[in-house]
Amino acid sequence: MFTIDRRKFLTLAGASTASLIAAPHVARAAGGKVVVIGGGPGGATAARYLRRMDPTVEVTLIEANKDYYTCFMSNEVLSGERKLDSLRFGFDGLAKQGVKVVHDLVTGIDGAAKSVTTKGGQKFAYDRCIVAPGIDFNWSAVPGYSAEAAEKLPHAWKAGPQTTLLRQQLEAMPDGGVFVMVSPPNPYRCPPGPYERASLVAHYLKHHKPKSKVIILDAKDAFPKQKLFEQAWAKFYGFGTPNSMIEWVPAAKGGKPSEIDVAGLAVKTEFDTIKGAVINVIPAQKAGKIAFDAGLTEGNWAPVNKGTFESKKVAGIHVLGDGADAAVMPKSGYSANSQAKVAAAAVLAMMKGAPPPTPAYVNTCYSIAGKDHAFSVAGVYTFDAEKNAIAEVKDAGGLSPMDASAEDRKREVAYAESWFRNITHDIWG
Amino acid sequence: MIPSTIHRLLRLAALVGAVGAASAAGAQTINAEMLANTCAGCHGVNGSSKGPATPTIASLSTDYFVMSMKDYKSGKRPSTVMARIAKGYSDDDITAMAKYFQSKPFARPGQMVDAAKAKQGKALAKKYCESCHEDEGRIGEGVGVLAGQMLTYMQYSTADFVSGKREMEKRQKAKFDALMKEQGGFEAFDPILHYYAGVK
Repeated sequence: MFTIDRRKFLTLAGASTASLIAAPHVARAAGGKVVVIGGGPGGATAARYLRRMDPTVEVTLIEANKDYYTCFMSNEVLSGERKLDSLRFGFDGLAKQGVKVVHDLVTGIDGAAKSVTTKGGQKFAYDRCIVAPGIDFNWSAVPGYSAEAAEKLPHAWKAGPQTTLLRQQLEAMPDGGVFVMVSPPNPYRCPPGPYERASLVAHYLKHHKPKSKVIILDAKDAFPKQKLFEQAWAKFYGFGTPNSMIEWVPAAKGGKPSEIDVAGLAVKTEFDTIKGAVINVIPAQKAGKIAFDAGLTEGNWAPVNKGTFESKKVAGIHVLGDGADAAVMPKSGYSANSQAKVAAAAVLAMMKGAPPPTPAYVNTCYSIAGKDHAFSVAGVYTFDAEKNAIAEVKDAGGLSPMDASAEDRKREVAYAESWFRNITHDIWG
Repeated sequence: MIPSTIHRLLRLAALVGAVGAASAAGAQTINAEMLANTCAGCHGVNGSSKGPATPTIASLSTDYFVMSMKDYKSGKRPSTVMARIAKGYSDDDITAMAKYFQSKPFARPGQMVDAAKAKQGKALAKKYCESCHEDEGRIGEGVGVLAGQMLTYMQYSTADFVSGKREMEKRQKAKFDALMKEQGGFEAFDPILHYYAGVK
């Protein structure tokens, strides 16, 4: 009995703690209409957290697709460790939270009239609009490549049918075949992603087609987590020896592709023509189409106020995730998730004419490079109002150490899986 | 025992009240909810993890939460990623997050555990663990909450304690030593952890 009483007291103390800490938000008035465009990690998180922070706000999420396939963890589908279906998330969880989910394609946002129009002829009025446009490809960046060419030489940089196609090609590839990857110039979605992909493709080949090889043709001279990847490649795939399964060709050594020969299954560079049994072209990237159509972009990305994610181009519209220019934060699912929470809190405050709360942002990103072998990069960020900048907290964050034990590398695999389960639940419910 | 616990809780409530008032006073003050939101990606919605390895941090005592973060920061407690993340938060940030998560319920939907092991572990836990991890490990006054905690996480923690990578309190060390001596070594933890992981 005594323990139950004590637990009751703990619960009571807990309840009072919650209300006291939440004191700055008590003044939330009812009402307000927010339209969220895009149901990926950024948009879905924003919609959920708006409702979570203020159940009186009316939130409509407009997303063209019935399901979303996460890009993160999709390299594990390529290596056969995971089924594509495990990356599929629907929107029932959002609907349960009181978000009105509309499956339609947004064709225009009128910032002056504060309304959103769709391909299906629907029109939605808003007090504030949140756009999570994701990415689109600069198809013309490398001559020869196009949306049609991607049906033969997949990019697989948006998960779904493209992932399946690349997996099928890998499975059909003969032993001894060359897997050629074209890695994009900065900035792009998931900066360490191409190198994780190279690792996991090599992992698959090592066990199923050991005479095969992975060649990365890179538009860059360096890449994220490079030393950690190279250490893992040396450990698992003979990197640094003449028999290495992975070859990385940086821009300085002619890695930059000049043309994709779709019919001939080859990539031309300054010095060479590299033929592949399977060619994976990850094109240069820009913000998703709606960001351009709505006049939210400058160059390839959408400039924003970093404390609120309100567009610098159109008032009343907030842009977050991969499509926004959030500078130091990498274009990752966790960044989008974290930015969405900051934006949701800002939107609620601004609708009431209150100052937006002080932001806090985070990113952690795992890469799996081989069996029981993962490492991470982390960043904790604060807002520098004077510079309108997201600033990484000094001495915090950074990479997994090079000298980590095998046990720690293995634990990071388990933490990567935990991250996937928890963040997808946080995003889609 | 009862008065002291209640006294401690009252003191905590008073402390939290003070923080709440301070937050309301200025715009650039600590926003516990905003800070806590950064944890959810790995530790789950409201701090209750879906596992398999990241622990639930909901309902942890503020003492234990603060101590853990400070020990991660200093390197006293080993970690893969938490040292790098903990360094991103000030002591005041950490205190605010601790209070936020202390107020959240520990979700215990039940984990896949070995029922036979759990049964065996229950008896061992009573003898070796219950004096600090009270009420089937639901209460963690200055210690971790074990009831329903992620099995993989508890296995990591136990391994770190026994290997000496993570420091043990005197009383804990005595219990660990006794368990391993009397019950057949490190393997004896396994049924205990299955038991605690399965508590709903």
